[in-house]
Amino acid sequence: MAQVSINVQHEDFDAGAELDALSGNGAAGAVASFLGYVRGGDAGGILAMTLEHYPGMTERALADIVALAQERWSLLGVRVIHRVGRLLPGERIVFVGVAGSHRGEAFSACQFIMDYLKTQAPFWKKEETANGAHWVDARDSDDAALARWRP
Amino acid sequence: MSITILYFASLREALGVEREQLSLPPGIRDVARLRVWLLARGEDWAPLAAPRIRAAVNQVLASDATTVADKDEIAFFPPVTGG
Repeated sequence: MAQVSINVQHEDFDAGAELDALSGNGAAGAVASFLGYVRGGDAGGILAMTLEHYPGMTERALADIVALAQERWSLLGVRVIHRVGRLLPGERIVFVGVAGSHRGEAFSACQFIMDYLKTQAPFWKKEETANGAHWVDARDSDDAALARWRP
Repeated sequence: MSITILYFASLREALGVEREQLSLPPGIRDVARLRVWLLARGEDWAPLAAPRIRAAVNQVLASDATTVADKDEIAFFPPVTGG
């Protein structure tokens, strides 16, 4: 059985340590990962971003998403970390790491989990700019990214 | 029948309510009927009518037809934007 770890937390995390943990049991031939950051410095001028979640449902939704990935691919390990609270540009928001025997399943499962997380897991972003704060709108491109995994 | 309702993100701010504990009259058996009943409380609840607003029952995504029962935890929220 794959080792699965899911955390929703305020604190930052050590991406290197997460990758080591995924490869740690010696069975993995491949580890693929995704790291998401708070964007900064573009024309939008984001000063900070606050992430809200639905305690309980969010963890459950992430566990369901990882279980779906495990039905599709034979995985050796999955780690998902999503931060909540107020974050500044350049700070890490999300980590998804997948260990498998070969790169194909690791890459695919990592992308699958991110596409599902973006559209199904109850998190909401509020951006602060010089013009005030606003809730980020859901993007159609995220729904399109999800659609390609559906039969 | 007594239920808890939670509101999140932009919807919570628009309504100015985070959580409420309600006793429902008989006949409110699904999410669609619950939403209509909540909206009937007055104009202030109009943000709940937006078609994009999603619902969860006991922390699982729900549809209009999802059953609502005693002691359920219902949540309403806008489309998610994590990651």
